[in-house]
Amino acid sequence: MARIIVVTSGKGGVGKTTTSAAISSGLALRGHKTAVIDFDIGLRNLDIVMNCERRVVYDFVNVINGDANLRQALIKDKRVENLYILPASQTRDKDALTVEGVEKVLTDLAADGFEYIICDSPAGIEHGAFMALYFADTAIVVANPEVSSVRDSDRILGILQSKSRRAENGERVEECLLLTRYNPERVAKGEMLAVADVEEILATKLLGVIPESETVLKASNQGVPVIHDATSTAGQAYTDAVARLLGDDVEHRFINMEHKGLFKRLFRRSA
Amino acid sequence: MSIFDYFRNNKKDSASVAKERLQIIVAHERNQRNQPDYLPKLQQELLEVIRKYVDVDQDQVEVALDNNGNCSVLELNITLPDR
Repeated sequence: MARIIVVTSGKGGVGKTTTSAAISSGLALRGHKTAVIDFDIGLRNLDIVMNCERRVVYDFVNVINGDANLRQALIKDKRVENLYILPASQTRDKDALTVEGVEKVLTDLAADGFEYIICDSPAGIEHGAFMALYFADTAIVVANPEVSSVRDSDRILGILQSKSRRAENGERVEECLLLTRYNPERVAKGEMLAVADVEEILATKLLGVIPESETVLKASNQGVPVIHDATSTAGQAYTDAVARLLGDDVEHRFINMEHKGLFKRLFRRSA
Repeated sequence: MSIFDYFRNNKKDSASVAKERLQIIVAHERNQRNQPDYLPKLQQELLEVIRKYVDVDQDQVEVALDNNGNCSVLELNITLPDR
Protein backbone atom coordinates (compact mmCIF):
# COMPACT_ATOMS: atom_id res chain seq x y z
CA MET A 1 0.00 0.00 0.00
CA ALA A 2 1.33 3.37 -0.99
CA ARG A 3 0.99 6.27 1.41
CA ILE A 4 -0.68 9.21 -0.33
CA ILE A 5 0.39 12.62 0.96
CA VAL A 6 -1.20 15.86 -0.20
CA VAL A 7 0.67 19.14 0.09
CA THR A 8 -2.01 21.79 0.38
CA SER A 9 -2.63 25.27 1.81
CA GLY A 10 -5.62 27.09 0.38
CA LYS A 11 -3.59 30.25 -0.10
CA GLY A 12 -1.19 30.56 -3.02
CA GLY A 13 2.48 31.40 -2.81
CA VAL A 14 3.15 29.88 0.60
CA GLY A 15 5.51 27.19 -0.67
CA LYS A 16 3.46 24.15 -1.70
CA THR A 17 5.50 23.35 -4.79
CA THR A 18 8.81 24.06 -3.04
CA THR A 19 7.66 21.73 -0.26
CA SER A 20 6.43 19.01 -2.65
CA ALA A 21 9.79 19.08 -4.44
CA ALA A 22 11.76 19.00 -1.18
CA ILE A 23 9.68 16.35 0.61
CA SER A 24 9.50 14.01 -2.39
CA SER A 25 13.27 14.33 -2.94
CA GLY A 26 13.84 13.74 0.77
CA LEU A 27 11.73 10.56 0.80
CA ALA A 28 13.59 9.26 -2.25
CA LEU A 29 16.94 10.14 -0.63
CA ARG A 30 15.87 7.96 2.28
CA GLY A 31 15.47 5.10 -0.19
CA HIS A 32 11.72 5.13 -0.74
CA LYS A 33 10.28 4.83 -4.22
CA THR A 34 8.38 8.09 -4.54
CA ALA A 35 6.17 9.75 -7.15
CA VAL A 36 5.24 13.43 -7.06
CA ILE A 37 2.19 14.57 -9.02
CA ASP A 38 1.44 18.15 -10.06
CA PHE A 39 -2.33 18.74 -9.71
CA ASP A 40 -2.19 22.35 -10.90
CA ILE A 41 -3.76 21.77 -14.32
CA GLY A 42 -3.11 24.71 -16.63
CA LEU A 43 -0.41 26.20 -14.38
CA ARG A 44 2.20 23.49 -14.20
CA ASN A 45 5.27 24.47 -12.21
CA LEU A 46 6.58 21.48 -10.34
CA ASP A 47 8.53 20.53 -13.49
CA ILE A 48 10.47 23.81 -13.56
CA VAL A 49 11.15 23.74 -9.81
CA MET A 50 12.55 20.22 -10.23
CA ASN A 51 14.44 21.05 -13.42
CA CYS A 52 12.69 18.64 -15.75
CA GLU A 53 10.61 21.15 -17.72
CA ARG A 54 12.33 20.27 -20.98
CA ARG A 55 11.75 16.56 -20.54
CA VAL A 56 7.95 16.71 -20.36
CA VAL A 57 6.39 14.68 -23.16
CA TYR A 58 3.16 13.37 -21.70
CA ASP A 59 1.31 14.62 -18.64
CA PHE A 60 -1.20 13.67 -15.92
CA VAL A 61 -4.24 14.42 -18.12
CA ASN A 62 -2.80 12.37 -21.02
CA VAL A 63 -2.56 9.41 -18.65
CA ILE A 64 -6.11 9.89 -17.34
CA ASN A 65 -7.46 10.12 -20.89
CA GLY A 66 -5.53 7.05 -21.97
CA ASP A 67 -3.41 8.95 -24.53
CA ALA A 68 -0.27 7.72 -22.78
CA ASN A 69 0.55 5.16 -20.14
CA LEU A 70 2.10 5.96 -16.76
CA ARG A 71 5.57 4.78 -17.71
CA GLN A 72 5.61 7.12 -20.71
CA ALA A 73 4.50 10.10 -18.64
CA LEU A 74 6.60 9.64 -15.49
CA ILE A 75 9.84 11.61 -15.59
CA LYS A 76 12.76 10.08 -13.73
CA ASP A 77 14.57 12.57 -11.51
CA LYS A 78 18.21 13.04 -12.50
CA ARG A 79 19.47 13.63 -8.96
CA VAL A 80 17.88 10.92 -6.86
CA GLU A 81 17.18 7.29 -7.57
CA ASN A 82 13.59 6.22 -6.91
CA LEU A 83 12.02 9.62 -7.64
CA TYR A 84 9.55 10.19 -10.48
CA ILE A 85 7.61 13.29 -11.48
CA LEU A 86 4.18 13.32 -13.11
CA PRO A 87 3.72 16.79 -14.58
CA ALA A 88 0.41 18.66 -14.86
CA SER A 89 -1.13 19.39 -18.21
CA GLN A 90 -0.48 22.92 -19.45
CA THR A 91 -3.34 23.32 -21.89
CA ARG A 92 -6.41 21.24 -21.16
CA ASP A 93 -9.16 22.40 -18.90
CA LYS A 94 -9.00 21.54 -15.24
CA ASP A 95 -12.18 19.45 -15.23
CA ALA A 96 -10.14 16.79 -17.02
CA LEU A 97 -9.32 15.44 -13.56
CA THR A 98 -12.02 12.98 -12.53
CA VAL A 99 -12.30 11.04 -9.30
CA GLU A 100 -12.13 7.74 -11.23
CA GLY A 101 -9.22 8.91 -13.37
CA VAL A 102 -7.16 10.12 -10.41
CA GLU A 103 -7.95 6.99 -8.44
CA LYS A 104 -6.75 4.78 -11.31
CA VAL A 105 -3.43 6.67 -11.58
CA LEU A 106 -2.88 6.36 -7.81
CA THR A 107 -3.77 2.66 -7.78
CA ASP A 108 -1.49 1.98 -10.77
CA LEU A 109 1.39 3.81 -9.07
CA ALA A 110 0.90 1.72 -5.92
CA ALA A 111 0.79 -1.46 -8.00
CA ASP A 112 4.03 -0.35 -9.63
CA GLY A 113 5.77 -0.42 -6.25
CA PHE A 114 5.63 3.26 -5.32
CA GLU A 115 5.70 3.64 -1.54
CA TYR A 116 4.95 7.35 -1.36
CA ILE A 117 2.81 9.49 -3.65
CA ILE A 118 3.04 13.23 -3.10
CA CYS A 119 0.15 15.27 -4.50
CA ASP A 120 1.11 18.90 -5.10
CA SER A 121 -2.19 20.79 -4.79
CA PRO A 122 -3.06 23.98 -6.66
CA ALA A 123 -4.02 27.02 -4.56
CA GLY A 124 -7.67 27.69 -3.85
CA ILE A 125 -10.49 25.31 -3.00
CA GLU A 126 -11.62 24.54 -6.54
CA HIS A 127 -11.77 21.22 -8.35
CA GLY A 128 -8.00 20.70 -8.70
CA ALA A 129 -7.36 21.27 -4.99
CA PHE A 130 -10.24 18.95 -4.13
CA MET A 131 -8.89 16.22 -6.42
CA ALA A 132 -5.42 16.55 -4.88
CA LEU A 133 -6.67 16.01 -1.34
CA TYR A 134 -9.52 13.56 -1.95
CA PHE A 135 -7.48 10.33 -1.72
CA ALA A 136 -4.94 11.53 0.85
CA ASP A 137 -3.88 9.46 3.85
CA THR A 138 -1.77 12.33 5.16
CA ALA A 139 -2.08 16.07 4.56
CA ILE A 140 0.79 18.49 4.90
CA VAL A 141 -0.83 21.88 5.37
CA VAL A 142 1.71 24.53 4.39
CA ALA A 143 1.24 27.91 6.07
CA ASN A 144 3.14 31.15 6.49
CA PRO A 145 3.01 32.88 9.89
CA GLU A 146 0.61 35.45 8.52
CA VAL A 147 -3.15 36.02 9.00
CA SER A 148 -4.51 35.20 5.53
CA SER A 149 -2.47 32.04 5.22
CA VAL A 150 -3.46 30.76 8.68
CA ARG A 151 -7.12 31.47 8.04
CA ASP A 152 -7.04 29.65 4.68
CA SER A 153 -5.23 26.73 6.30
CA ASP A 154 -8.11 26.37 8.72
CA ARG A 155 -10.56 26.23 5.82
CA ILE A 156 -8.50 23.54 4.13
CA LEU A 157 -8.43 21.57 7.40
CA GLY A 158 -12.23 21.79 7.44
CA ILE A 159 -12.42 20.47 3.88
CA LEU A 160 -10.05 17.60 4.71
CA GLN A 161 -12.29 16.69 7.64
CA SER A 162 -15.49 16.67 5.60
CA LYS A 163 -14.82 16.18 1.90
CA SER A 164 -11.94 13.71 1.67
CA ARG A 165 -12.57 10.04 0.97
CA ARG A 166 -11.32 9.16 4.43
CA ALA A 167 -13.84 11.58 5.94
CA GLU A 168 -16.60 10.04 3.84
CA ASN A 169 -15.65 6.63 5.24
CA GLY A 170 -15.70 7.94 8.79
CA GLU A 171 -11.90 7.98 9.05
CA ARG A 172 -9.49 10.85 9.50
CA VAL A 173 -6.80 12.19 7.24
CA GLU A 174 -3.61 12.52 9.27
CA GLU A 175 -3.07 16.28 9.25
CA CYS A 176 0.17 18.06 9.97
CA LEU A 177 1.32 21.63 9.78
CA LEU A 178 4.43 22.87 8.00
CA LEU A 179 5.19 26.48 8.79
CA THR A 180 7.36 28.08 6.09
CA ARG A 181 9.14 31.44 5.76
CA TYR A 182 9.53 31.60 9.51
CA ASN A 183 11.67 34.38 10.90
CA PRO A 184 12.60 33.86 14.60
CA GLU A 185 14.04 37.38 14.89
CA ARG A 186 10.75 38.98 13.87
CA VAL A 187 8.87 36.61 16.16
CA ALA A 188 11.10 37.72 19.04
CA LYS A 189 10.27 41.34 18.24
CA GLY A 190 6.56 40.57 18.29
CA GLU A 191 6.21 41.29 14.59
CA MET A 192 5.36 37.77 13.49
CA LEU A 193 3.06 35.01 14.76
CA ALA A 194 5.03 32.42 16.72
CA VAL A 195 4.93 28.68 15.92
CA ALA A 196 3.07 28.07 19.16
CA ASP A 197 0.40 30.64 18.22
CA VAL A 198 -0.25 29.03 14.83
CA GLU A 199 -0.29 25.55 16.37
CA GLU A 200 -2.79 26.74 18.96
CA ILE A 201 -5.10 28.42 16.44
CA LEU A 202 -5.11 25.51 14.00
CA ALA A 203 -4.87 22.77 16.67
CA THR A 204 -2.74 20.68 14.32
CA LYS A 205 0.40 18.66 14.92
CA LEU A 206 3.58 20.40 13.79
CA LEU A 207 5.59 18.62 11.09
CA GLY A 208 8.26 21.26 10.83
CA VAL A 209 9.28 24.88 10.66
CA ILE A 210 11.16 26.03 7.57
CA PRO A 211 13.06 29.21 8.33
CA GLU A 212 12.96 32.08 5.84
CA SER A 213 16.08 31.58 3.78
CA GLU A 214 17.68 33.04 0.68
CA THR A 215 18.63 29.55 -0.39
CA VAL A 216 14.99 28.70 -1.21
CA LEU A 217 14.88 31.17 -4.11
CA LYS A 218 18.37 30.17 -5.23
CA ALA A 219 17.29 26.54 -5.25
CA SER A 220 14.24 27.19 -7.44
CA ASN A 221 16.34 29.43 -9.73
CA GLN A 222 18.56 26.46 -10.38
CA GLY A 223 15.88 23.79 -10.33
CA VAL A 224 17.49 21.96 -7.43
CA PRO A 225 15.09 21.14 -4.58
CA VAL A 226 16.41 22.99 -1.51
CA ILE A 227 16.69 19.76 0.51
CA HIS A 228 19.81 18.96 -1.53
CA ASP A 229 21.56 21.97 0.03
CA ALA A 230 22.74 20.48 3.32
CA THR A 231 24.39 23.76 4.33
CA SER A 232 21.12 25.69 4.18
CA THR A 233 18.89 25.93 7.25
CA ALA A 234 15.82 25.47 5.02
CA GLY A 235 17.35 22.32 3.53
CA GLN A 236 18.13 20.96 6.99
CA ALA A 237 14.63 21.80 8.20
CA TYR A 238 13.11 19.88 5.27
CA THR A 239 15.37 16.90 6.01
CA ASP A 240 14.08 16.93 9.60
CA ALA A 241 10.47 17.16 8.37
CA VAL A 242 10.97 14.13 6.11
CA ALA A 243 12.40 12.19 9.06
CA ARG A 244 9.34 13.07 11.17
CA LEU A 245 7.06 12.05 8.32
CA LEU A 246 8.78 8.65 8.43
CA GLY A 247 8.14 8.42 12.15
CA ASP A 248 11.55 9.50 13.49
CA ASP A 249 11.57 11.55 16.66
CA VAL A 250 13.51 14.67 15.68
CA GLU A 251 13.65 17.77 17.82
CA HIS A 252 12.42 20.97 16.17
CA ARG A 253 15.11 23.43 15.14
CA PHE A 254 15.20 26.98 13.78
CA ILE A 255 12.28 28.05 16.00
CA ASN A 256 14.23 30.27 18.35
CA MET A 257 16.80 32.93 17.71
CA GLU A 258 20.37 31.73 17.83
CA HIS A 259 21.98 32.09 21.21
CA LYS A 260 23.79 35.30 21.74
CA GLY A 261 26.28 36.54 24.30
CA LEU A 262 25.34 37.71 27.79
CA PHE A 263 25.29 41.34 26.75
CA LYS A 264 22.83 40.78 23.94
CA ARG A 265 20.70 38.51 26.10
CA LEU A 266 20.32 41.23 28.68
CA PHE A 267 19.03 43.60 26.03
CA ARG A 268 16.85 41.27 24.07
CA ARG A 269 13.13 41.51 24.30
CA SER A 270 11.00 38.57 25.31
CA ALA A 271 11.75 35.57 23.14
CA MET B 1 11.96 38.22 29.45
CA SER B 2 14.71 40.65 30.24
CA ILE B 3 14.52 43.34 32.90
CA PHE B 4 14.24 45.95 30.16
CA ASP B 5 10.81 44.62 29.18
CA TYR B 6 9.39 46.53 32.14
CA PHE B 7 10.40 49.81 30.57
CA ARG B 8 8.84 49.06 27.22
CA ASN B 9 5.67 50.82 26.37
CA ASN B 10 2.59 48.74 26.87
CA LYS B 11 1.36 48.94 23.30
CA LYS B 12 0.41 45.48 22.07
CA ASP B 13 2.71 44.09 19.44
CA SER B 14 1.26 43.29 16.03
CA ALA B 15 1.73 39.53 16.38
CA SER B 16 -0.62 39.47 19.40
CA VAL B 17 -3.19 41.48 17.46
CA ALA B 18 -2.91 38.98 14.61
CA LYS B 19 -3.38 36.05 16.97
CA GLU B 20 -6.46 37.54 18.60
CA ARG B 21 -8.08 38.42 15.27
CA LEU B 22 -7.38 34.94 13.92
CA GLN B 23 -8.80 33.20 16.97
CA ILE B 24 -12.06 35.11 16.60
CA ILE B 25 -12.52 34.63 12.85
CA VAL B 26 -11.44 30.98 12.88
CA ALA B 27 -13.89 30.18 15.70
CA HIS B 28 -16.68 31.95 13.80
CA GLU B 29 -15.93 30.13 10.55
CA ARG B 30 -15.69 26.73 12.24
CA ASN B 31 -19.13 27.31 13.67
CA GLN B 32 -20.58 28.00 10.22
CA ARG B 33 -18.78 25.00 8.80
CA ASN B 34 -20.74 22.70 11.09
CA GLN B 35 -24.02 23.68 9.51
CA PRO B 36 -25.52 20.92 7.36
CA ASP B 37 -24.86 21.06 3.61
CA TYR B 38 -28.54 20.97 2.73
CA LEU B 39 -29.36 24.41 4.14
CA PRO B 40 -28.72 26.46 0.96
CA LYS B 41 -30.71 23.99 -1.16
CA LEU B 42 -33.50 23.88 1.42
CA GLN B 43 -33.64 27.68 1.32
CA GLN B 44 -33.79 27.62 -2.49
CA GLU B 45 -36.60 25.09 -2.61
CA LEU B 46 -38.59 26.78 0.13
CA LEU B 47 -38.28 30.00 -1.80
CA GLU B 48 -39.69 28.35 -4.91
CA VAL B 49 -42.70 27.05 -2.99
CA ILE B 50 -43.38 30.42 -1.40
CA ARG B 51 -43.04 32.16 -4.77
CA LYS B 52 -45.91 30.09 -6.10
CA TYR B 53 -48.15 32.08 -3.81
CA VAL B 54 -46.36 35.29 -2.88
CA ASP B 55 -43.86 37.41 -4.74
CA VAL B 56 -40.75 37.43 -2.53
CA ASP B 57 -37.05 37.92 -3.16
CA GLN B 58 -34.17 35.61 -2.27
CA ASP B 59 -33.03 37.82 0.60
CA GLN B 60 -36.47 37.94 2.15
CA VAL B 61 -36.28 34.31 3.14
CA GLU B 62 -33.92 33.40 5.96
CA VAL B 63 -33.22 29.84 7.01
CA ALA B 64 -31.21 29.15 10.14
CA LEU B 65 -30.48 26.05 12.14
CA ASP B 66 -29.76 26.41 15.84
CA ASN B 67 -28.49 23.69 18.09
CA ASN B 68 -29.77 23.75 21.65
CA GLY B 69 -28.30 20.85 23.51
CA ASN B 70 -29.84 17.70 22.06
CA CYS B 71 -32.48 19.35 19.89
CA SER B 72 -32.14 21.44 16.76
CA VAL B 73 -34.45 24.28 15.80
CA LEU B 74 -35.03 25.13 12.15
CA GLU B 75 -35.99 28.75 12.00
CA LEU B 76 -37.71 30.12 8.92
CA ASN B 77 -38.12 33.84 8.58
CA ILE B 78 -40.02 35.20 5.60
CA THR B 79 -40.69 38.87 5.05
CA LEU B 80 -43.90 39.25 3.05
CA PRO B 81 -44.23 42.27 0.79
CA ASP B 82 -46.74 45.06 1.53
CA ARG B 83 -50.07 44.82 -0.20
